[in-house]
Amino acid sequence: MIHVADLRVRFGQNEVVKGVSFSVPRGASFGLVGESGSGKSTILRAFSGLNPAWTGQMTLDGEKLRPKRDKSFFRRVQMVFQDPYGSLHPRQTVDRALSEPLLVHGIADAQPRILRALAEVALPQAVRFRYPHQLSGGQRQRVAIARALMAEPEVLLLDEPTSALDVSVQAEVLNLLADLQQARALTYVMVTHNLAVVTHLCGRVGVMQGGELVEELSAEDLRAGRTKHPHTADLRALTLNLEEPDL
Amino acid sequence: MVSGITRDWLLSDSPASRSQAAWGRRYRLWLQFRRHGLAMAGLCVIVFVVVVSALAPVLATQNPGAQDLAARLAPPSAAHWLGTDELGRDLFSRLVYGGRITLGMVLAVVVLVAPFGLAVGCVAGYAGGIADKVLMRVTDIFLAFPRLVLALAFVAAMKPGVESAVFAIALTAWPPYARLARAETLTFRNTDFVAAVRLTGASASRIVLRHIAPLCLSSLIVRVTLDMSSIVLTAAGLGFLGMGAQPPSPEWGAMIASARRFLLDEWWVPTIPGLAIFVVSLAFNLLGDGLRDVLDPKQS
Amino acid sequence: MLVEIKNLSIRFPTPQGESEAVRGVSLSLGQEKLGIVGESGSGKSLTARSILKLLPGNARISADRLAFDGTDVLAASEADMRAIRGRRAGLILQDPKYALNPVMTAGSQIAEAWRAHRPANARAGRKEAAEAAVDLLAQVQIRDPDRVAGAYPHELSGGMGQRVMIAMMLAPSPDLLIADEPTSALDATVQAEILRLVEDLVSSRGMGLILISHDLPLVSHVCDRVAVMYAGQVVEELPAHDLRHARHGYTRGLLECLPSLIHPQKRLQVLNRDPAWLDPIGARG
Repeated sequence: MIHVADLRVRFGQNEVVKGVSFSVPRGASFGLVGESGSGKSTILRAFSGLNPAWTGQMTLDGEKLRPKRDKSFFRRVQMVFQDPYGSLHPRQTVDRALSEPLLVHGIADAQPRILRALAEVALPQAVRFRYPHQLSGGQRQRVAIARALMAEPEVLLLDEPTSALDVSVQAEVLNLLADLQQARALTYVMVTHNLAVVTHLCGRVGVMQGGELVEELSAEDLRAGRTKHPHTADLRALTLNLEEPDL
Repeated sequence: MVSGITRDWLLSDSPASRSQAAWGRRYRLWLQFRRHGLAMAGLCVIVFVVVVSALAPVLATQNPGAQDLAARLAPPSAAHWLGTDELGRDLFSRLVYGGRITLGMVLAVVVLVAPFGLAVGCVAGYAGGIADKVLMRVTDIFLAFPRLVLALAFVAAMKPGVESAVFAIALTAWPPYARLARAETLTFRNTDFVAAVRLTGASASRIVLRHIAPLCLSSLIVRVTLDMSSIVLTAAGLGFLGMGAQPPSPEWGAMIASARRFLLDEWWVPTIPGLAIFVVSLAFNLLGDGLRDVLDPKQS
Repeated sequence: MLVEIKNLSIRFPTPQGESEAVRGVSLSLGQEKLGIVGESGSGKSLTARSILKLLPGNARISADRLAFDGTDVLAASEADMRAIRGRRAGLILQDPKYALNPVMTAGSQIAEAWRAHRPANARAGRKEAAEAAVDLLAQVQIRDPDRVAGAYPHELSGGMGQRVMIAMMLAPSPDLLIADEPTSALDATVQAEILRLVEDLVSSRGMGLILISHDLPLVSHVCDRVAVMYAGQVVEELPAHDLRHARHGYTRGLLECLPSLIHPQKRLQVLNRDPAWLDPIGARG
């Protein structure tokens, strides 16, 4: 479904993504982990079309992507952002946020679609005409997910979708993402710094350091500690230290 | 009873329609605004002046142009509530009719200037690059002219009158709005919610019109309200210098100009229109301060 | 006792009447490390900040006792509080970017903090203060303290900024350190280093520490004792190593809904909020 080869992204003199390659089959989940500044979010933004300044090759379903995307691309690929407080327009109601993709793509029967979308992300109908500031962080993230799904995309790009949420809400959102993937056969690319989260949702994991993909391995290998690169081992040790301090 | 239902409807936590949500938001802003005593006073004064100007034909005791040379420069009395001017015209009636001219000029300037400044600023801020540079340099050029001098030159080149004065003020009033709108646009341009709209595939014009411009609007309203007092003053200044409204029209600045010779002996003749200018511009300032507290997103 | 809180209540006026954000919290702290854990809005930050009287202006606060090292905080004047804040108790915030002055170098900010809190009989010169600042930066394990002392906050990374912040708080040798989500803006590797640093400093200087966080495993890793807050109340208080034997449903729920690296689950448990958790627990002795 997604194929990325030798992707390079530059910010001025700085090369922040240095020749990254990976592919994600249809219906699978791929996780990118790494510390801030490792370039993981930059990859997501380049693929989504938000950052056109890249070189290399990216394909979606065999179709080559160019820096400038057309409308049909945005029907197939959508993104969920990290900060649920910043990703919703402060002066627009939930209803307006959800109808925007429908208006842009000229999709009919907005009303039933919005109601269905709210139900799908387990939000009560009462929130439909609320403003973002009247919602909790978890509810906002559900709205953001519902918005991303309005145009029925095949690929969802997840940029730290739970790191701004409380752990109890994180569990609900992760379960929701897992359910949606099953129901709609979505392909996920998720960026996070949390190994437990990434192994929970993603079958394969790419470890980023300093703009390079230093290791790609399966979630099972990561859990079991079959790592090759020292950075992967470091990250794993830090997580384990918190999870099982007695080990 | 009815008002109770309305209030609950407005403050409902789960509105049932987009318009209910929007009105609820406005009502909450109004509740916040109502707590500012001075701003409410400003609002009351402005509403009062607007109503009085609208009802000028009813309220005026006499024709504002009717001369009565026998009763010139009369002090306030039952017949002439605020006295008469040098041609024996009733000052109260002239003041009431003058409000129409002053407020009309303010309104005309704002209608011309605010949308233009907003459009220039939003486009420059969102497009960036060459468009931004060109638009902002043009803005800078207009910003570099002293307002009254440019207005004077402009009016002198055309024929003096209310329309020329409005155009002249508009010409010098828009650049601050463009700058403000651009600055606001720049802060919103790279937010996640704008990125999310871009990812729906929306066109640039749609993003600017439907998502960014509405956000710039509230700070623009604040700025416009605060600027209204200076528009009132500039309009009066032009009138005073003989470049704005022409006699015998009862514009407040022109009234002061024609009566300034009498400041020492018949002081009320120039003082009364002066007071009107002072009160109206102060009211606009107070209203603007209150609106800033309520609308400015940076403070909440 | 360094800190004594008995039956603390913090309320905010709202259009719908008063809302109580902290409801009858009692805590005490000696020279130890106490963690306060809870979700956003649970009142954990308010509780800790009330010790320094650093609450939003419209907050209404009442308590049977709220004392810092014997000083009654509720009765203390603003001048008394200024003598406590910074000098006797330091506060480390989540994001050093907003807590540091952007137009002053790191070194001069630390030096200023150091000078401001010197006792009146020991006034120190600029040079001495600058040396103290570099020394403090070395104490927070910055490898190149001279360079960092001359740097402006925007030239520092997140972890470095947080170290500078800690150095600034340590300048007057306080008795208590309150750390409000000190590492949630940082990477895991940096987070571990900063927490180790705080832990070492607190132990070696014999300070008290209040660590506020939403991250239960992290807090139990650093602290001796953990207080779990839910909806403005402390629902459970237990020794950190006993976390696994938590009795309250909320604490257990919080632990269970965490995804785990080594114990994979098909589906994450979600927290089922028991309305009974909201019932007032009552002031405890």
